[in-house]
Amino acid sequence: MSSVKDWAVPNPVSENRSGIIGKNVDRYEGRLKVTGTAPYAYEVEPPSAPAYGQAVSATIARGRIVAIDTSAALASPGVKLVWTSENVPKQAARGERANPRSQRASNPAMGSDAVEFYGQTIAFVAADTLENAKAAAALINVTYDTQPATVDFLASLDQAEMPPGEDDTEIGDFSTGYRESSVKLDETYFSPIANHTQMEPCATTAWWEGDKVTVHTSIQMVKGGQHALAETLAIPSDKVHLITRYIGGGFGGKGQSYDDLTLAALAARELNQPVKVAYTRQQMFQATIHRPAVQMRVRLGAEADGRLNAFSIEAITHCARNVPFTEHAANFSRSLYASPNRLTGHRLVRMDLPGAGPMRAPGEATGMLSLECAMDELAEKLGLDPIELRIRNEPTVDPETGKPFSVRQLVSCMREGAQRFGWERRNPLPGKVQDGRWLVGIGMAAGIRGNFLLPAKAGIRITADGTVTLSQGMTDIGTGTYTILAQITAETLGVPLDQVRVELGDSDMPPAPGSGGQFGAATAGSAAFETGMVMRRTLAEMATGDPNSPLFGVDPTLVTFANGNIALENRSESLSTLIERVQPEGVYVEGSISPAADARDWSQHTYGAQFAEVGVDVVTGEVRLRRMFGVFAAGRILNAKTAKSQITGGMIWGIGTALTETNPIDPRYGSFLNQDMAGYLVPSHADIVNVDSMFLDEVDDKANPLGIKGVGELGICGTGAAIANAIYNACGVRLRDYPMTPDKVLKGLIAKGL
Amino acid sequence: MKPFTYERPKDIASAIKAMRANPAAKFLAGGTNLLDLMKSEIEHPPHLVDIGRLPLATIETTRDGGLRIGAMTTNTQVASDARVRSLYPVLAQAIVSGGSAQLRNKATTGGNLMQRTRCAYFYDTAKPCNKRLPGSGCAALGGLNRNSAIFGTSEACIATNPSDMGVALAVLDARIETLTAEGATRSLAVADMHRLPGDTPEIETELAAGELITSVVIPPAPVGGQVYRKVRDRASYAGALVSVAAVAGRVAWGGVALKPWRAEKTEAALAAGMGIPEAVGAELATAEPRGPNSFKITLIGRLTAAALDETLAGRRA
Ligand SMILES: Cc1cc2nc3c(=O)[nH]c(=O)nc-3n(C[C@H](O)[C@H](O)[C@H](O)COP(=O)(O)OP(=O)(O)OC[C@H]3O[C@@H](n4cnc5c(N)ncnc54)[C@H](O)[C@@H]3O)c2cc1C
Ligand code: SF4
Repeated sequence: MSSVKDWAVPNPVSENRSGIIGKNVDRYEGRLKVTGTAPYAYEVEPPSAPAYGQAVSATIARGRIVAIDTSAALASPGVKLVWTSENVPKQAARGERANPRSQRASNPAMGSDAVEFYGQTIAFVAADTLENAKAAAALINVTYDTQPATVDFLASLDQAEMPPGEDDTEIGDFSTGYRESSVKLDETYFSPIANHTQMEPCATTAWWEGDKVTVHTSIQMVKGGQHALAETLAIPSDKVHLITRYIGGGFGGKGQSYDDLTLAALAARELNQPVKVAYTRQQMFQATIHRPAVQMRVRLGAEADGRLNAFSIEAITHCARNVPFTEHAANFSRSLYASPNRLTGHRLVRMDLPGAGPMRAPGEATGMLSLECAMDELAEKLGLDPIELRIRNEPTVDPETGKPFSVRQLVSCMREGAQRFGWERRNPLPGKVQDGRWLVGIGMAAGIRGNFLLPAKAGIRITADGTVTLSQGMTDIGTGTYTILAQITAETLGVPLDQVRVELGDSDMPPAPGSGGQFGAATAGSAAFETGMVMRRTLAEMATGDPNSPLFGVDPTLVTFANGNIALENRSESLSTLIERVQPEGVYVEGSISPAADARDWSQHTYGAQFAEVGVDVVTGEVRLRRMFGVFAAGRILNAKTAKSQITGGMIWGIGTALTETNPIDPRYGSFLNQDMAGYLVPSHADIVNVDSMFLDEVDDKANPLGIKGVGELGICGTGAAIANAIYNACGVRLRDYPMTPDKVLKGLIAKGL
Repeated sequence: MKPFTYERPKDIASAIKAMRANPAAKFLAGGTNLLDLMKSEIEHPPHLVDIGRLPLATIETTRDGGLRIGAMTTNTQVASDARVRSLYPVLAQAIVSGGSAQLRNKATTGGNLMQRTRCAYFYDTAKPCNKRLPGSGCAALGGLNRNSAIFGTSEACIATNPSDMGVALAVLDARIETLTAEGATRSLAVADMHRLPGDTPEIETELAAGELITSVVIPPAPVGGQVYRKVRDRASYAGALVSVAAVAGRVAWGGVALKPWRAEKTEAALAAGMGIPEAVGAELATAEPRGPNSFKITLIGRLTAAALDETLAGRRA
């Protein structure tokens, strides 16, 4: 096993001789996407004309299907098959895992007549056209035996239990510490359910050749999807060829497969014809996972000088009755501020809703909405500047594990941001700055998000024309993975970027864990790098061992790679000449990365500081962003452009969390109120005014051989709280209930006599 | 989506004839509302009469100095017309506060007035809705109705009319000109063309089946300031929580009823010399909150007071 010490050794990427690492490199697949020619799963051309499937969703939250009348649907034009739980082809029972090495268990569609959530698939139609399939689906008549369902989270808090296998984390003695603190804060914050709202719905195009199925689908984890389908169909996983070239947004919501995958594969087998299935926009809201609501009680006890003496977050959240998932809204806080007495933990309410699951920065995105407001409130009680309060509680080692930080630039992020944003112009007294009908305020929040490295492999092929092809069962969910992998490969092998091709998203390729948890670039990138290093050694030995090479006989460890050449001092030849001569069929190698044995001896995170200026309409309570700036520290930045897109994209999401995003559950039905993008409000262009960000120089040599960390999720961490704090600074209304819509702000304004 | 037939007549006479031949047919203008409703299986017209080629896309100055706006003018065209901008800024402001630029490029004057409610339950075919399926009930009643109406509701329907443009036209005393399927012309005040829900929320306007809006006529601009203010959950591309169009001492509200709502009691009170807060309160006294939407009463009151302050500059209570 490797050690982080090995990673700290200079390597082609850290040396960055060609300068391609860190540059503003355009998207590898950008042209295809902006010209509409990148084939997403539903648009893939199958080998013959496809049939179109349409799933039918349950309209109760819990109960049984007593009767289901499909006669009209069957008689409808163009219909090829209609399935319900009674006649759907046999699948493995839910949770079965015939192959213990499968990453996912069986997840059958319409496995029984039981309804466990509103939106669950209860019938399926395939027809010659999508319109015919939809029209037939609308003719299916269902009779339910409806059972009482738990769908109202805030009304069910008394059912909260300890999540399976968890315990509260207590350090020191929280209650005594809290009691004895001279300044106390005890507040409760709420963040509602959020939907992923990916532009591309879940979609699959499937066809069979013999006993092998090919599925093009939209999923973040290639192996996960392949194994889930194989287990569900009870076939070996090498009989499933899963491809996911482009994903129109995942955000955690496509970390798992849905019934589109299963039903497309089943129907294609049954009809002996390719089948396409996509979820409707409505099904995307009702029938995929969501970020659960979280209620967070924060208690802070401080000394008069601002040092925290006691610190607690208790988070209550929810998940589907039979699909445990905990939004770990308190975890991040265990590494953020120093305090001798600490108590953090989670409680879970089981509900009859679709699965709760991960969404961009699960845990942090919600959790930071509470603590980072609480710190603002505490700063005011103490008469301290909010940044100064955070600096006074800056730990020297991880406050719970005692481990050293690999690198921690949180204070630098806050200082740099304060200076660039003009924080000193903030009037600590709220409601003092007016611009016409707008009350103007500024606020800030800290951000933290963990960093991870998972095991991964990659393959590199160089052909005799000098083309380098990186292949990896990795996905690009729109973040820039194709692009950074091309950069890493080019720099590692010393070849120009336009000589590098990247092929991703195929279960036949060397596996990588996929996109999620902001581990993608670090994991896939490190595997690509290690594979590049294997290729260098292979080529060096090939050249130095070949009597016809100018490098014959030299020490293979001394050769260098640059400009498409392999060289030692003034002896050199091009890679294509070498390969053409020695191995004209091309050279292929594989390599891999796994976490260093001692990597977890360090507390590893990415950090940020978020600054927001908002206007609050004093008449209507409308909040409009005026500007936002974030400073982030996230290791080495591979591509300034894609990294900035990710980090500001995260900030923009956080703005939506603060101001607009919510989807109430109608307690009478257990369904979401909003099921289209006209009703579920993510920020529009006009909401995003003057949002900018920067990265601090950083290399984290404990993270991976590239010294990089994740940037995909950090941007959302703390954003919402910075806006909430800015609202308070603008008008003196302290809201603890996200999103901060005009009706809520107005109530506060009126209470203040405004 | 159910199969349907389609035609695109070149002149008004053929359009009317097509409607007479097929009373269940619908006019297709920009399609930004109708096509969505068809794709969502909310409307199932068997036949579409595309009025996109009819010569109804001009804006003319009327003899008395008002404007006649063709029904097929686009929202973008009207909002950017120099006469509209100088004579009726309230209309231009209202239009650009609606939808997105892409929608406004397609949406037409006639279609905007005829667009249907954005009530979330109306769009959810799994839920009861008297407007979509008469007699099935109203899911919004007792439901998540933060954005429902506070005026003119009934136990059958509490939805709002989503048009911004209509609110401005109502305050300007604009009228629509129509041509019935039988070939008769008539004229109706914009403020009167929509029906309140009563027991028949599925009947939305005073227009008969197959009746074509040909134009909207706006009388000469009244003297005094004009303002349109819309409160919404995000900065753009969202329906109004409430909106107000104020022109001199005239007031119309959006987001509060199933039609653009002229606040007649407020107008009368202002005309009688009452102060702004009292005048606004006179209309609000008749509002009927439904729980989650009760904030609208305070909100429209504050918004209207501010708008009147602006248009009646200097006249403070
Ligand atoms: C996401 C979204 C957001 C929106 N936001 C707003 C907003 O904020 N504010 C706002 O005001 N609007 C908003 N709209 C609505 C938009 O303005 C309307 O869809 C548009 O104005 C309808 O015009 P159209 O020409 O496309 O009508 P169509 O969709 O073609 O027709 C709508 C209806 O009007 C009938 N019709 C059309 N023309 C005539 C005529 N001449 N005579 C008789 N009947 C006719 C049709 O038969 C149909 O029933 C939004 C729409 C969408 C999709
Ligand atoms: S308010 Fe009207 S449109 Fe909405 S559900 Fe009730 S009847 Fe339907």
